[in-house]
Amino acid sequence: MIPPKFDYVKARSADEALAALAEHGEDAKLLAGGHSLIPLLKLRLSSPSVLIDIGEIADLSYINDGGTHIAIGAATTHRTVAHSELLRAQVPLLAHATGQVGDPQVRNRGTIGGSIAHGDPASDQPAVLVAIDAVLVARSATGSQREIPAGEFFRSFLETALAPDEMLVEIRVPKIPGAGWSFQKFNRRAQDWAIVGVAAVLDGTSAGIGLVNMGGTPVRAKATEEALAGGASPAEAAAHAADGTDPPSDLNADPDYRCHLARVLVGRALHEARS
Amino acid sequence: MQREVTISVNGATRTDTVEPRLLLVHYLREQRRLTGTHIGCDTSNCGACTVLIDGLSAKSCTVLAVQADGHEVSTIEGLAGSDGSFHPVQEGFRQCHGLQCGYCTPGMIMASVGILADNPHPSESEIRMGLEGNICRCTGYQKIVEAVQWAAAHPQPQPAGQGG
Repeated sequence: MIPPKFDYVKARSADEALAALAEHGEDAKLLAGGHSLIPLLKLRLSSPSVLIDIGEIADLSYINDGGTHIAIGAATTHRTVAHSELLRAQVPLLAHATGQVGDPQVRNRGTIGGSIAHGDPASDQPAVLVAIDAVLVARSATGSQREIPAGEFFRSFLETALAPDEMLVEIRVPKIPGAGWSFQKFNRRAQDWAIVGVAAVLDGTSAGIGLVNMGGTPVRAKATEEALAGGASPAEAAAHAADGTDPPSDLNADPDYRCHLARVLVGRALHEARS
Repeated sequence: MQREVTISVNGATRTDTVEPRLLLVHYLREQRRLTGTHIGCDTSNCGACTVLIDGLSAKSCTVLAVQADGHEVSTIEGLAGSDGSFHPVQEGFRQCHGLQCGYCTPGMIMASVGILADNPHPSESEIRMGLEGNICRCTGYQKIVEAVQWAAAHPQPQPAGQGG
């Protein structure tokens, strides 16, 4: 399949990319690893007139210790995130879940920022970021920078809080070295998106539970979190995992089946996070 | 809308003019005439088009040629020595019958080279996880896993002219 015609700009810095974004506006798309965008182009589901390539911008690829958090440059590849010793020690849930994204070839090229900005509720990392209350840093061509809580970033299916002239530049994840955690991914074939997935962190009775593919955006299993905080057992709390969700229906699963999976997988996640 | 790209393929650097939308796999097959890299699903699922970019495995149907500008690409044609000696992974696939129809084989071999570069002594499970991005419709994967194990146990190039 051949993508539609587009013009191409290779940005050498974040400022260059933002200037190009300001110039072309909604006709432009940012290209990092391209592993979400290029398939969409081939299917003609997206037809930007300009691609701005940010995949080789060195100042968007880093993993730094920010004190209470780890700062990850948006164009850092999944491979780098999954292998990062700093993340494995401080936010093991994110490093582990990133190692489950796609397959090795996809992880070698795809980037964490690309996956987040794409806003696909079936992706693994958005649910992790929602579960651990990560902060997403967006910059615009005017130089203004704002911090968006992960819980407010994902607006609806493939739609995020980013304005057309904004670029996701950094992901800030809180250090949670001592918390129990678990990532559950249920799919039929290796490398597939999760039919349902669960990202959980647990510290005493305080839990953060993100659900993959249980709605138009990654969502928190709030009823389960509240039940745990109220003293319920993990099994009792897991029974509420699908409460308030609106899961999609597709060839893999109908909503009832997804709700069943969410309850089972949250149960497994809580069990693993406690052990 | 044309762009000039300079791409090293198997050590040979060339400058070409391409459309930005040209996929790397089409560039390799049609402009460089290296047809060992196969197009299977064309949706980044099957892995038949796997090549190495700067030493890391990648699905060349999901990379634009312009993204490879200034980078080093390795394809199946570049694995054997100039004297015809096989790369250990190629020899492993030969010794262990790691293929039937052969369509997925170039991608399987390049992905396996990527696995062994990261981890010279992978477990069976690590090999299977490492090949999760490559689909084979013939073998049931067992022989492919054995081929990678063979290559891990025989890391030196295999001399040419051993029949085959």
